[in-house]
Amino acid sequence: MFKFLIKGLLRDRSRSIFPILVVIVGVLITVYFVAFMNGFVESMIKQNANLDTGHVKVVTRAYAEVISQKPFDLSLLDITDDMQQWKTRYPQLEWAPRITFGALLDVPDSTGSTLVQGEVAGMAVDLFSSSKEIKRLRLTKALRKGSLPAKSGQVLVSEALFDKLNLKLGQRVTLISSTVFGAMTLRDFEISGTVTFGVQALDRGGVIADISDVRRMLDMQDGASEILGYFTNADYKDKTARNLALDFNKTYSDSTDEYSPIMLTLSQQNDLGAMLNLFDSSLAITLFIFVGLMSIVLWNSGLMNGIRRYGEFGVRLAMGEQKKHLYRWLVMEAAVIGFFGTVIGTGLGLLISMYLQVYGFDMSAYTQNSTLLYDNVIYAHITPSCYYIGFIPGLLAVIAGAMLSGISIYKRKTSQLFKELET
Amino acid sequence: MPKIQIETKKMTKYYPTGEGLFAALKDVTLNFTEGEFAGIVGPSGSGKTTLLNVIGSLDTQSEGEVIVLGKEVSKLNAKESAALRSEHIGFIFQTYNLLPVYTVYENVEFPLLLLKMPDAERQKAVMDALDWVGLTDKAKSRPTQLSGGQSQRVAIARAMVKKPQIVLADEPTANLDTENSMNVLETMEKLNKELGTTYIFSTHDAKVIAFIRRKITLVDGRVDSDVIIG
Repeated sequence: MFKFLIKGLLRDRSRSIFPILVVIVGVLITVYFVAFMNGFVESMIKQNANLDTGHVKVVTRAYAEVISQKPFDLSLLDITDDMQQWKTRYPQLEWAPRITFGALLDVPDSTGSTLVQGEVAGMAVDLFSSSKEIKRLRLTKALRKGSLPAKSGQVLVSEALFDKLNLKLGQRVTLISSTVFGAMTLRDFEISGTVTFGVQALDRGGVIADISDVRRMLDMQDGASEILGYFTNADYKDKTARNLALDFNKTYSDSTDEYSPIMLTLSQQNDLGAMLNLFDSSLAITLFIFVGLMSIVLWNSGLMNGIRRYGEFGVRLAMGEQKKHLYRWLVMEAAVIGFFGTVIGTGLGLLISMYLQVYGFDMSAYTQNSTLLYDNVIYAHITPSCYYIGFIPGLLAVIAGAMLSGISIYKRKTSQLFKELET
Repeated sequence: MPKIQIETKKMTKYYPTGEGLFAALKDVTLNFTEGEFAGIVGPSGSGKTTLLNVIGSLDTQSEGEVIVLGKEVSKLNAKESAALRSEHIGFIFQTYNLLPVYTVYENVEFPLLLLKMPDAERQKAVMDALDWVGLTDKAKSRPTQLSGGQSQRVAIARAMVKKPQIVLADEPTANLDTENSMNVLETMEKLNKELGTTYIFSTHDAKVIAFIRRKITLVDGRVDSDVIIG
């Protein structure tokens, strides 16, 4: 019987071609949408992780309370021994100590008097002992003028700040701030280059310096306001991160000591958890809408098909086929169409996604004023879900459409069959 | 003594109309025995098709009794009446109603698929049926490649392939020319004689009337005459 059904579908193109096209297009869009959103979310996670949150972040409990203020006076101190222990216990993580601080940038004139001053948001990272932080912050790509700091005492400033204060490359400037113990501190730096991140907070008044210089300036030797942890395989998995944080906090955190370390996951920072949930919900809602829309289209197509095949259904009922058998036949036909449509749609969707996974989609023209942290070029990311997600709209919609349109079979009066079949 | 296959006793069939109930059949009492070749004749609206509907368990009577192969049709549920049709009754329509996407062979095979007949047995039955109607050479053709007469002979093969006890044919020659009509009627007569199948036609075609051995005339839903011809 199944062979019979397949023969019918293959020979009667008008029975299968429109539904299969609808399924192909719907599934293609779904697969592409999922791969694109994967890429977009991953880009956002990656950018946030690289610039600010890490995959996990260790701070003091007191710092965590007011983390949005980045209070470096609540930093972790004497971290070398602690970090050594963490490296042993969590070999899957790479650690990156950072200090964020606020300061005044003082630009002197030729006599050494203040010419102009500006508020800056400073970020201290390890620029010299490895190139990983340079890669994470994409400093080479963000560099607009000059070069990256090559030696102690050099800094990068944001392009906007450079222009605003009329700075020059190689010019010496003074950063004025307070030490971790509250005393005033000043330190001279040489401007080696300018950067643009495409992130408002950093681009407005950002200064990037090597962490050793800043530790000396802020009198926090062997300290860091935040220690970021990155999974060595580079992928963020929220569940893994949460389990790891749970273990860390159970082992190293002491709720009675506000300076004891506490680990936060990426999703626990900057409302990123809510954002990730939002993306998940959006995906579910989009799929639901797709299933609904495709069902309506296929329902109508099924009704048209039912009218066209009125005679066939009639003669089959007259020959003694049961209505429920005929109904199941229609649903089965739909399932076959849905299956093949989904396979083709998924294949095409994956092809387009693969192209975008390699070459990306340049969104710079649309995101000039955006403050979200994501790359200008969004790369699709094909995950295992892309291989099966299309079956949800592909099969569900086509079967729902067939089930709705097939109801008309039950409304058919067998007593009218002779009359109907002879007109 | 031939066995009675179909009995209608004081059978009446009403249809609701805007002005009340319309009686399409009134007090119809008839018996059909095994192997009959009977025609129900009468003008349009006389109740011929309604009678075939009820005998074929496509519809039920409003009053009286209709017993087909020992079963009272009004007491059958949908599944039972479908089973009665698929196992014991063949239908032939005026407009052939072949399934256009399937070949001649597949059209004839379809009723056997519903009966879940094993492959080998089914193949033999289909080829036998095509042989009865002289269309074995057209097994792979599509209905669109056949003439009207050939199409109706395929419809006969489809009705006969399961070797039903009763074949109901509604105006089977209405769309055929004289030559094809004769051909189709000869085929049905031959099968009636060889297989002992009961044939009941509704018709007002004189060519059919010339073939039938019993002529039942309906007028305004009543049996006006019931004559054994030969």
